Amino acid sequence: MKYTRTFLASLAASVLLAAPVAAETELTVYTAVEAEDLKRYAEKFNESNPDIKINWVRDSTGIITAKLLAERDNPQADAIWGLAATSLLLLKSEGMLEPYAPAGVDKLDKKFVDGDNPPAWVGMDAWVASVCYNTVEAEKAGLKPPTSWKDLTDPMYAGHVIMPNPNSSGTGFLDVSSWLQMFGEEGGWEYMDALHENIARYTHSGSKPCKLAAAGEIPIGVSFAFRGAKSKAAGAPLEIIVPSEGVGWDMEASAIVAGTANAEAAQKLLDFSVTKEANEMYNTGYAVVAYPGVAKPVEHFPEGLLDAMIDNDFEFAANNRAAILKEWQSRYDGKSEAK
Amino acid sequence: MSVLDTTPDTMPAGPEIKPKLSRDDIIMRGGMIVIALYLLITLAFPLWAMLSKSFSTYQFDLSQYEFQISDDAGVFDGAILTGTELNARTKVYDTSDLAGSSDSRLGVTKFFPDFSFRSPVHYKIRNSVEGGRFLVGSKLYNTLDWLELDSNNFRRVQLRPVKSTGISNFVSYFSTPALFNSIKNSLLIAAISTVITVSLAFWFAYALNRSCMRFKGVFRLIAMMPILVPSLLPGIALVYLFGNQGMLKGLLFGASIYGPIGIVIGSVFFTFPHAFLIISTALAISDSRLYEAATSLRSTPWRTFWTVTVPGARYGLISATFVVFNLVITDFGLPKVIGGQFNVLAVDIYKQVIGQQNFEMGAVVSVVLVIPAILAFAIDRIVQSKQVALLSARSVPYAPSPNTRTDRIFLVYSSLVALFIVGLLAVCQFAALVKFWPYDLSLSLNNYQFDKMDGGGWGSYFNSIELALLTAVIGTSVVFFGAYLVEKTNGFRVGRSLFQMFAMLPMAIPGMVLGLAYIFFFNSPSNPLNFIYGTMAILVICTVTHFYTVSHLTAVTALKQMDREFEAVASSLKQPTMKLFARVTVPVCLPAILDISIYLFVNAMTTVSAVVFLYSPKTTLASIAVLNMDDAGDIAPAAAMGMMIFYTNAAARILHLFASKGILKRTQAWRTR
Repeated sequence: MKYTRTFLASLAASVLLAAPVAAETELTVYTAVEAEDLKRYAEKFNESNPDIKINWVRDSTGIITAKLLAERDNPQADAIWGLAATSLLLLKSEGMLEPYAPAGVDKLDKKFVDGDNPPAWVGMDAWVASVCYNTVEAEKAGLKPPTSWKDLTDPMYAGHVIMPNPNSSGTGFLDVSSWLQMFGEEGGWEYMDALHENIARYTHSGSKPCKLAAAGEIPIGVSFAFRGAKSKAAGAPLEIIVPSEGVGWDMEASAIVAGTANAEAAQKLLDFSVTKEANEMYNTGYAVVAYPGVAKPVEHFPEGLLDAMIDNDFEFAANNRAAILKEWQSRYDGKSEAK
Repeated sequence: MSVLDTTPDTMPAGPEIKPKLSRDDIIMRGGMIVIALYLLITLAFPLWAMLSKSFSTYQFDLSQYEFQISDDAGVFDGAILTGTELNARTKVYDTSDLAGSSDSRLGVTKFFPDFSFRSPVHYKIRNSVEGGRFLVGSKLYNTLDWLELDSNNFRRVQLRPVKSTGISNFVSYFSTPALFNSIKNSLLIAAISTVITVSLAFWFAYALNRSCMRFKGVFRLIAMMPILVPSLLPGIALVYLFGNQGMLKGLLFGASIYGPIGIVIGSVFFTFPHAFLIISTALAISDSRLYEAATSLRSTPWRTFWTVTVPGARYGLISATFVVFNLVITDFGLPKVIGGQFNVLAVDIYKQVIGQQNFEMGAVVSVVLVIPAILAFAIDRIVQSKQVALLSARSVPYAPSPNTRTDRIFLVYSSLVALFIVGLLAVCQFAALVKFWPYDLSLSLNNYQFDKMDGGGWGSYFNSIELALLTAVIGTSVVFFGAYLVEKTNGFRVGRSLFQMFAMLPMAIPGMVLGLAYIFFFNSPSNPLNFIYGTMAILVICTVTHFYTVSHLTAVTALKQMDREFEAVASSLKQPTMKLFARVTVPVCLPAILDISIYLFVNAMTTVSAVVFLYSPKTTLASIAVLNMDDAGDIAPAAAMGMMIFYTNAAARILHLFASKGILKRTQAWRTR
């Protein structure tokens, strides 16, 4: 048995060694970027790095994070390209990220780079909370468009609002953490208590509220701007509202997984991920990118979104995540049915 | 001495004569051990891993940390305080605060009542033992070196918990009302759905077996349709019917379909065929003489019904009740799609694991969910074992006589049930073809462009077919061979009954639980089978194990019909058992083998719960795609994919029908003699 295994191993090794010297490096990259964008990203990267082949492992933010954490003792990924910064902070606190300062990282907006030197992760682009408002259904129900988060607690909207459950959705969590930052700990929970009275239900995913609003299933969906713009482009009677108090956001970021055998290739990937051309590439979907001066307006994106982005404290969000979710669950998760 | 003690009229006990094991016996026992090992590895070990995970806790161990505090000038006097001492002095954290999850953090500034982030006081902190961990911000420190921090940075220090074992996960589960409310919710909807489904299915089966209404064949076909779709598909249909933009929204009188109402209606839909099949079998056999006796005793039809019909079908009714109850309480897809804020156990597992990465709590909920499932299963088995034959050799099979009035009532009733089933499926198909409900009702195939959606695109559909075919072929071989060994081996009683027990176990284990258990067992780096994690192989193994019991019972029933003399004859003719197995047993049991394979195929196409934790980006499945597309809000494409599963399964069924007709003609001719 043992001999068989050694034999197989040596066989595998000889196959690897026999491969041409200029063999391309294969890089396992975990990502939560939309499936339709991945091919484009890889092609662009290969224009300057033809010898590195990316093997994508893609899933939603929650699942990829769970997967990385589950593989803590036996990491399968070489690098991460496009995962929520709050998730990367969790991984960083587990010591799973290899700090590296990519060439040209100093050109990025400071907000988008990890505070440590060298940084454990570098940002790519931001996705920003917004309210999707279905004008047709709202008119039928006799609603006026809200202009602020506080407006949403008006009894007029009772049963007309859907938001994602922060326990399962990253978007839901960024909403909750932004309210706690904007209104203060106490004020934030008071606000959510009031909002809870108007919520029809909490969805599992962050894009669903906006899609439901687009389909007229509910007049108001708390979601993110990118999703709203897409649905609007598809012809849904949507208005994307940026609440006046400011909006929460999270960024997509990249990092090297500690202990990777392909450190050099992973560094090249990170070098590329901060370049101007990479940021131009992110801009096709995201209005806000890490490289200043690159972003061109995205069609159907609401005005004033950039200015409304709050000064997000990611450290607060990551370190209090478990406690916030526990509190949220005890307040709203089962209680809504016990009424 | 001993000679005197021996009573003269009995012979001394000679050595026990053991028949020598023949080569055949060795092969048979070896085979049985192999399959028992398979069940051990794919069922018992993962469940054990899950159970131990539920007792794996995370605890803040304050004795692992040491602190120093300076005076206002930033000078340390060298006094070292441990976390335990500080907590004893300030009493800020009690035991329940120190229990956490893998993701918990604990701030330290509360240990110092005078703490202010503006003060000039400096602090030092270190781990006093290897394995201690703390963060400053999100930077991890796990060495034994002292770290000096100013007040402003000291407030960013967060302690991390260490692994230990204990029951604190269960304590925290039962002290979180949001979580244990789900137990009540799950039991409630399972009970309501069971009562409704069993009543509906009973009268439907009664109409088909005990009346002379027309179109029985059509009704029988329609009743089986829900088996061909994932359990979450009726949920999607209900959104289109009764959602806020629903076609029949008015029928709910303002109540919301998102919640218990939706779960119950959907559960009735997907459990109906199971209840119908069981009750129909029970009603099909009945002794006509009992009814004649009742008539001659001038019993009213009502009384006859309660004293003859219902008692005759009682085992079927009980069995149907527990099967439906189990299906509903362990189902995950439907409450996820239409449950709204109504939390149930199966969805809680998903939320804990996928949403919060809290694997330990997921394991706790799993353990809680297994209890009612095993209870229902055990009661059912006990009742079944008491069942005695209703039909004796002298029985006269009951034949219904036409009765225009009741036949018409039954026809109307059955049509309504059929309308419910066909209606929900038709709504799904309609939803899949509409361009943009409810604003643009023109028809298009846009929703079939799965590659533009979440869930893996068309690739996931073909993966599903691959999984279904592999499951059917491998599963049928393993199950049938295993059943043969158990049924036809001589002796080795302990091994055989142990095997029987293992084979019954999967029925009682909810799919979600099995899937989660597989993560714990197969994803552990120390497991030599770790390499199958994330491959098609683990999906096949999981699905075969999940649906093992029913397949096993089907095989055993078929094998019981074959006389054991075959084996005796074969051995007297010096033919190896394996030859007999291949040349006689398999051909004779071909109908059962085909039934098992189609059962496994259909279930592999529709299963969600067992594989939702196990699929990888390369092995996405159609049924999971339905779930993920609905999750992302792409409800119409989800309906479209769901209907693709339906058509595929329907086609497989038709193919199975023709195949079995053709093969049966060749292999089963002896039956018609």
